[in-house]
Amino acid sequence: MNPLNRLDLYKEMVRIRQYESRILQEYHADKKPAWDIGAGLIPGEMHLSAGQEPAAVGVCAHLRKGDAITAPHRPHHFALAHGVDMNAMTAEIYGRDTGLCHGKGGHMHLFDPENHFSCSGIIAQGYPVACGQALAFKRKGTDHVAVAVAGEGAANQGAFHESLNLAALWKLPVIFVIEDNDWAISVPRSHSTANASNADRAAGYGMPGVRIENNDVEAVFEAAGAAIDRARAGEGPSLLEIHTLRLFGHFEGDAQAYRGADLDTVHDRDPIPRYAGVLKELGELSDEQIASIAAEATTEVDAAITFATSSPSPTADDALLHVFA
Amino acid sequence: MTSTDTATRRITAAKAMAEGIALEMRRDPDVFVMGEDVGAYGGIFGSTTDLFAEFGADRVIDTPISETGFIGAGIGAAVEGLRPVVELMFIDFYGVCMDQITNHMAKIHYESGGNVTVPMVLMAATGGGYSDGAQHSQCLWGTFAHLPGIKVVVPSNPYDAKGLMISAIQDDNPVLYLFHKGAQGLVWMEKNPRSIGHVPEESFTVPIGKAAVAREGTDVTIVTLALSVQHSLDAAEQVADDGISVEVVDLRSLVPLDTETVLASVAKTGRVLVVDEDYRSFGLTGEIAAVIAEHDPTMLKKPFRRLAVPDVPIPYARVLERGILPTRDKIAACVTDLMA
Repeated sequence: MNPLNRLDLYKEMVRIRQYESRILQEYHADKKPAWDIGAGLIPGEMHLSAGQEPAAVGVCAHLRKGDAITAPHRPHHFALAHGVDMNAMTAEIYGRDTGLCHGKGGHMHLFDPENHFSCSGIIAQGYPVACGQALAFKRKGTDHVAVAVAGEGAANQGAFHESLNLAALWKLPVIFVIEDNDWAISVPRSHSTANASNADRAAGYGMPGVRIENNDVEAVFEAAGAAIDRARAGEGPSLLEIHTLRLFGHFEGDAQAYRGADLDTVHDRDPIPRYAGVLKELGELSDEQIASIAAEATTEVDAAITFATSSPSPTADDALLHVFA
Repeated sequence: MTSTDTATRRITAAKAMAEGIALEMRRDPDVFVMGEDVGAYGGIFGSTTDLFAEFGADRVIDTPISETGFIGAGIGAAVEGLRPVVELMFIDFYGVCMDQITNHMAKIHYESGGNVTVPMVLMAATGGGYSDGAQHSQCLWGTFAHLPGIKVVVPSNPYDAKGLMISAIQDDNPVLYLFHKGAQGLVWMEKNPRSIGHVPEESFTVPIGKAAVAREGTDVTIVTLALSVQHSLDAAEQVADDGISVEVVDLRSLVPLDTETVLASVAKTGRVLVVDEDYRSFGLTGEIAAVIAEHDPTMLKKPFRRLAVPDVPIPYARVLERGILPTRDKIAACVTDLMA
């Protein structure tokens, strides 16, 4: 378990938020006059993680190079928190040849083998893969761990259940993270899930489970630290359910009519200004620092956008490459 | 977009298919809908537009993300006499529920010696062209057409979208209804004018297993389906300026396949191009070639020609995706080449 560094947690959350905010802006900027999902420099679907920073930052604070993460269709926060290069990631989102995957994958298929990071768009299917990575680490005799990230909707998919049993049975060094942001697109948890907490399901599968409320980055930090220590010590898997907040829509372009009154208070529950307030209260963050941290994040994100937009695109024939090694 | 003039009102394919479901739900209390975000949201691609408002949560059911669970539940409900319309959000998600589809939904009637029926519609969104990447852009009708026991229908326009849905619900067999996202007429996608059209308000059927000649011609036959019908019609208009007369056969169904209409057209023109947004090898294009060759290969004045997605996963970047899709320009170029 790494020692708590509040300023680092805050900085990383701000960095991620600045990134998501900028992508939001750029994504919409050139889809006018009539909105067309396939148009613009960033085409296709876009699932932003604003509001869910505490989950990524609290967990990744304990991870080292060589630890693996499988993330879902909403991956940016975990990617950035785990050290994926912002320039290469952004170039991939822009479909450029300098992107992580030469423009083949896009925002839902970011693969960074150097950081053992991957994501995919099929719900819950990163769970078995993380189990496999954990299996490999165990067989190789390292104390690396795998983190599997999915949403609360994913916990009703078969792969979730198979993975939990497998990990417990084989005592795999994997941490299952559920980001409960209340909504599976338009379906609230109350309409999809019989259990009030996936920590209860974890117990059913033979592993410790914890549910963290209030999108509290320090509570995530603490619980994740314990789970990761457990895994590194060879004691097997754990589950962390983090009640977090989806600040934007499920995807960009989602009018969120289904969300009703929840939308009225969503910005009041933004975890970042709240944490800034906590740190200020503790005397660990000044207004000057808030400004300089924001500026630093802006500079880094601006550079990534510039890198991406000035990168070359692949050529049409490149589409035929990389089917087989 | 709708016109208030009922005699010529124009609606999107999305609204048309939803209207087909609504008419059947009004007529038959055993029809109900299940799927993800089919309720208040109206389906991610508009397939259940306005159904929730009319029929409520009891008959339009939002499910958890449990495809094996709810597709299996659809099968069970169907064998007990209900008529479920179940949505698999993207056909690409078939991986998580393929057993229920092909080992159960498709095989129960046969395995039971004809004693048990599964009157179920499984509808799913297909197709790419808007950078949704490898796991959200596939067509896959070839895969499902290949596995015995499932009828497979693929409308290309609003009229057929409604008529085929009504036929599918009335059919006592499992019907896979694949709708191309780019042909739904969605306001948030590229505007394809042929995705909005005149659709009668009353109930009507379009026969399953019957192709349509979408455009008559004499020089080249294009055999195709879904959004590629729209692109082929556009390409046909383009090459008409060069004096080439193209006949476009809209398959509308893959299972059963209307070989008669296809062969009659090829016999007439002697030149055939199959345009398929599914993967090239081991699929629809090869099937049409086999049908022609088995019947009479001497019908062809020029070798069989196909335009399909090459055997690669669908790439994300626009230039890469355009590079592999059967676009209007490529269709026109193939036709021109066949006349050279």
